[in-house]
Amino acid sequence: MNHENITLKSYKEIAPEGSVDLVYKLAKRLEGRSLLHINSTSEGGGVAEILKRFIPLLNELDIKTGWEVVAGTPLFYNTTKSFHNALQGQKTIFTPEMYNEYRKVTRSNARHINLEADVVVIHDPQPVGLIYKKRKKSKWLWRCHIDISRPERKVWYFLKDYITRYDGAIFSLARFAQKLPIPQFLIYPSIDPLSEKNRELSKREINQVLEKYAIPTDKPILLQVSRFDTFKDPLGVIEAYKLVKRYNDCYLILAGGGATDDPEGLQVLQKVRERAAYENDIFVLDLPSDSHLEINALQRIASVVLQKSTKEGFGLTVAEAMWKEKPVIGGAAGGITVQIINGETGFTVNSVEGCAYRIRYLLNNPLASAEMGRKAKEYTRRNFLIIRHLSDFLALAIESLKV
Amino acid sequence: MDPFVFKGCVEIRELLGKKADDELKLLELIEEVPVDSIYYHTHSYFLRHPYIAGTYPNDFANWAAYEIRDKILGEKLASVTPKPPKSIEEVRLELMEIIDEHLSSIHSIPFVGYGEPFYFMKSRIIEIPTESSAYTFQEFKESLRKINTSVVYNHIFEAGTRSRRGRSDFAIWLEQALNKRTLADKFEMIDSYMYSLEGLRNKLLELCDEEIEG
Repeated sequence: MNHENITLKSYKEIAPEGSVDLVYKLAKRLEGRSLLHINSTSEGGGVAEILKRFIPLLNELDIKTGWEVVAGTPLFYNTTKSFHNALQGQKTIFTPEMYNEYRKVTRSNARHINLEADVVVIHDPQPVGLIYKKRKKSKWLWRCHIDISRPERKVWYFLKDYITRYDGAIFSLARFAQKLPIPQFLIYPSIDPLSEKNRELSKREINQVLEKYAIPTDKPILLQVSRFDTFKDPLGVIEAYKLVKRYNDCYLILAGGGATDDPEGLQVLQKVRERAAYENDIFVLDLPSDSHLEINALQRIASVVLQKSTKEGFGLTVAEAMWKEKPVIGGAAGGITVQIINGETGFTVNSVEGCAYRIRYLLNNPLASAEMGRKAKEYTRRNFLIIRHLSDFLALAIESLKV
Repeated sequence: MDPFVFKGCVEIRELLGKKADDELKLLELIEEVPVDSIYYHTHSYFLRHPYIAGTYPNDFANWAAYEIRDKILGEKLASVTPKPPKSIEEVRLELMEIIDEHLSSIHSIPFVGYGEPFYFMKSRIIEIPTESSAYTFQEFKESLRKINTSVVYNHIFEAGTRSRRGRSDFAIWLEQALNKRTLADKFEMIDSYMYSLEGLRNKLLELCDEEIEG
């Protein structure tokens, strides 16, 4: 299906019975109202990805919805990138110039962006300062997509000054909530079942990907898709694979990206390659960030999908694999525990040994594995698809406007 | 005769910014949080798990059993059935009594080691009418088969609890509009807290089929 042809009706056959109709009914209550989303980039990253689909769907529902992107200087982006890291707990150094530049660029953006809308949704910390232009009648919500459970205090207090002026904050997990004098809401992220990363693929498309990376299919495939990052524990995955390999013959694919522009990622990738050096059945794929079709194909041919993170935000790769009816073994961390009901829709594990044991169980019990995959898809259909996300967002807009 | 108008619902989940790391703190916060929070962690648990019923039917029991790893408290808390006409305040009291009694029977307070703390939240339910309505029993059954599971939640759990009517909207309409008292009673006899919403819908449909077959 061409992206331009995707409408709300396209989801009717995919989303749970009646859920698209509920979205229409919710939208009716927002008739004549306007929404505005503001973030920091129109390309790349999860926020832009979801907004690209959200905005046309909201306009299709006759809710006038705009999308603006803040502009900035190199120092501004450097500062907001540091905000991002500091909010996720990384020790970061800030200079007074950085704070000044943030304020200066925010003022400039406020002059150039038309902020008139009934509900304004500000995504992440970059545009958060625009709140000073809030009009009395409009409702402003701050949508935080990142893990701020342990923020660097200095930066948090700087941003908190802005955040407390909002009408509400939205987080992706309960543990990201902070002590704030404004209402805090929980909305889980979602995947789009019609996107390139999740749409149904033909056998030909899958085979092309397998040929491209010379991946054989004569043995079961274990797969982990994630950035080469210590917290994703790729080395732990290799250890688990080695334990499994003593009993069950299989391949392991570690597919990820983000190593080229991330020095830490490069180091992890290097270690992974060293650890996998003498293992002929391990494939390490450093993929470009737009390899959606490739990831889709790999998830579809895998027998077991792993996400053995030791620290995780929400980890939507879990939902992506579950949507493809794969039993997922995930680390018992962050949003993974929300997506996997242990023993029902997959397994959560706490150690290399636990991970290996669950892999062996799934490889040796194909019927149980298929049943788990079926439940995983159904659970994802009901909880982690874009229609549920849209419905949650509309409900919050209704609640904020009291309509 | 008024038709039955099927109405679904959407839940807005609000974080209270309060968390418990051990069973004593859990007890203190259960006493302190607004009633909407007790509702969220007991009743609307079912709205969030429409397809697969969890091991235990409320968030408190699951947390005690899986995050604290105190299976005994988990089992005891799982026995709390918030079925109306029991009010949510009564549910709160029952939960507190169980935790209090449990704590007085052990020597140290179980706490979260490797698990996650308990995060208190509260619910706001927005009711949404659907396109479905029924004048006849046949239409009722057909709509029941097709509706979103949130409709089942709204007309059974939400209707029974928030309004404290004690009886589901389905049962009231079957009895008053269609004079099907026996079927209405059978609907009420279902232990709805033992099903997922999807399972509950199937059970209701099964009873409708039995009614038709006589």
